Formats: sequence, structure tokens, C-alpha cells
Amino acid sequence: MEALLNQFFNFDIMARALPLVLTGLRQTLLLCLVVIPLGLAGGLLVALLSLVRLRAVRWAAIVAIDFFRAVPPLVLLIFVYSGLPFAGVRLTPLAAVALAFFLNNSSYYAEVYRAGIESVGRGQWDAARSTGLTVGQTLRSVVLPQAVRNVLPDLVSNTVEVVKLTSLASVIALPELLYSADMARSLTFNTSPIVLAAGFYLLMLWPLVRLVSRLERRIAS
Amino acid sequence: MDTWSRFLDTFFKPELIRQYLPSIAKGTFTTIEIALAIVVTGILFGLFLAVVRTFRVLPVNVLLVACVDVMRAMPPIVLVLLVYFGLPNIGINIPSFAVLWIVLSLVLAAFAEEILWAGILSVPKGQWETARSTGFGFFSTLIYIVLPQAVRLTVPPLTNRTLAITKNTALGTVIGVPEILNQATTGQSFSGNATPLMMGAIAYVVLFIPVVAFGRFLETRFRWSRV
Repeated sequence: MEALLNQFFNFDIMARALPLVLTGLRQTLLLCLVVIPLGLAGGLLVALLSLVRLRAVRWAAIVAIDFFRAVPPLVLLIFVYSGLPFAGVRLTPLAAVALAFFLNNSSYYAEVYRAGIESVGRGQWDAARSTGLTVGQTLRSVVLPQAVRNVLPDLVSNTVEVVKLTSLASVIALPELLYSADMARSLTFNTSPIVLAAGFYLLMLWPLVRLVSRLERRIAS
Repeated sequence: MDTWSRFLDTFFKPELIRQYLPSIAKGTFTTIEIALAIVVTGILFGLFLAVVRTFRVLPVNVLLVACVDVMRAMPPIVLVLLVYFGLPNIGINIPSFAVLWIVLSLVLAAFAEEILWAGILSVPKGQWETARSTGFGFFSTLIYIVLPQAVRLTVPPLTNRTLAITKNTALGTVIGVPEILNQATTGQSFSGNATPLMMGAIAYVVLFIPVVAFGRFLETRFRWSRV
């Protein structure tokens, strides 16, 4: 028990690791500010492409979505970061993370948006178009607001996944939360810094996880 | 050399493909093994937790929901590192593939519990009452009446979640499990060429595209039947 507490909840070591872990936390938050908007925007674009009337475009979008959902994000990240340099494309860790997660997250967000847009009845389109709204206006002020409301739990839950995903950046030495905690771990030979990082992830994500559960229950009832 | 042949030479070099095919195949086999183990233990344990939750014993459920929430909020790689580096230091030595298997099973169990519990809640109360009043016991009602209806609703989200979590077997590379990604990156650094990495990526696509397509099929069916 003593050993367990000392190994996982050593407050002295946590206190010493805190400054380093906090700089990591800041990087993680910055990373979120990059990858979440990119994913939301890319996902919307891909979702719209997967719903256009032109069959070739529609299929291309769906194939891309399925492809990037089949490749584990870590594989994509390592491919972008250490495979592309062989082809002469050398990216910084941040750019590699942004590109790899843009591809991955856009596909997941696209599926969520798609389900949302399809959940809005055809009649809404027809009614909006017949009152003289253009396609863009219909989409912006009639369909999307309802679509987003219908899939709000999935959007939030996917965003939780995106934040969790940023921890993979540690594998390519981007000094985010997990990377700094792991560095502190290897300096102190003690696992407490990782527990500290885990605490920060929990602090960020637990409210969102609760929110997802509540939203899902409200929609179910 | 023109661009096209340089591209082929970087990502699809024939002699490297021949050379690394065995190790990528071995990695694929390891990935399949661990993935199947995770699916079985994760979903069964999740089902067990959801059933425990139907007893509605308050202290048990509070603890259960708290643990499930933690597993849902934590990045799996954090848990993997925590277990992998933490346990040996307190005298518990388990092989790295077991670390991956246990951690991802627990994560899958947490998500499966939430999904199955939502499914159980979605079965109308009348179903419980009718079954109980015709003489079914609590367990018979759960097993023969409620779960069959609950599980059907949960198949599409459960499939997608299971896919997302089994893809995390790639995290094994961080702790030295010889799965696809590990074999691929090892091959890349030995050969100084991106071909093994490309082969690894292709192995994942071949492995998981059918599951993605299956999930899509389930979702369309599910949507159709709900209208």
C-alpha cells in the first residue's frame, strides 16, 4: 500500500513536476484550439460533399470518410510525421499533428453532420426552397440549425475524443500534457507525474462526459 | 528518375515489400489476436456492469458511474503508460501485450456499459411490468424480454465504438507490443525507406474497412427500422 501510494500519488514529486506539466497543459489547450475548429470545418465540408447530387463527388467523399475512419489516428500521425519526409515533405510536429488529425477528425465529424442533416425532413428543404431561399440560405438558416441540434450529443462526444486524441502528439515529441508528464516520469522514476496529467485530462473532460450523458438522456426521453 | 518512379521507390519498393511482408503479416496476426481478445472481454464486462446497474443499488451505481466516467474521459495512451510504467515499480510485472489488452478492455467495457445501459433504459417500463406480472422473475425478464430489445438498439453505436477502441491496438507500439505499427516502424528504420510504413497502413485499411462498411450498413438498417 505504502509502495503504491509512493509510486502513484507522491505529492512531493507531483509538486516538483507541476511547472513542467502546466506548460504541457498549455500546449494541449493550444493544440485543441487548432484541431477542433479544423475538424469541425473540414467535417462540415466533407459532409456536404457526401450529400451532393453528383454521384462521383458523393462517392469520393464517402470513400475518404471510410478510409480515414479505418486507419488508426496514431498510424496516420506517424505516417505523416516520419513517412512523408521520405517523399521530401518534412513537417514540424505541430503541422504533422494538425494535418493528420484534420484528416481523421474531419471524417468523424462528417459522419456526425451527415446523420444530422439526414435527420432533417425533406419537407424542410422543399418548404424553404419554395419560399424563395437559395440552397445556401436553406442550409444555413433552416437545415443546419436543426441538424446540429439533433446530433448535439454526438458532436460533443466526438469533441471529447478529439481532445483525448491530442495526447498522441506525445509520440512524435510534441511537448503537450502527456509528453511533459512522461518526461517528468523518466526523470524521477516515479509514475505520479502521469497521474497528475491524468488528473488534468479528467478535469477537462469529465464535465463534457457528464454533459454527453445528460444530452443523450434528454434526447432519448 | 521521374517523379512517379521516385514515388514508387519511396512507398512501394518491390524488394522491400517482399522482405517485410512476413513481419507485417506477423504484426497483423498479433493485432487481430489482441483486438479479438479486447472485443470479447470488453463487451462481456460492459454487459456485466450494465446488468449490475439494473439492480439500482445506490452506492454501487455511484461508484460504477464514477469509474465508467473516468475510463471515458481518459485518453487510452495515458492509461497504457500509467499501467505499463507504474505496475513494475510496485512489484507487479505483466507483459506489455497484457497491459494493452487489459487497458483497452476496461475502456471498451466503460463505453459498452453506457451504451447498453441507455439501451436498457429505452425499453418501456411496461415491458418489465408485463413480463413480471406474467410470472417472469427479475433475471428471466432481463434476459428474455429486456436485453434482446435493448441490445438490438445498441448494435450500431456499439459497433462503431468497438471499432474505434480496437484501432487503439496501434498504441501497443509505444510499449513495444509487436503489432502492425510496431513492425512497420521497425522496418522503416531498418530499411531507411517508407515502404514498410505504407504496408502497415495498408494492412490496417484492409483489416478495418470491412468493419467500417459493416457499421455503416448497420446504421442505415437501424435508421430505416426506426422510422
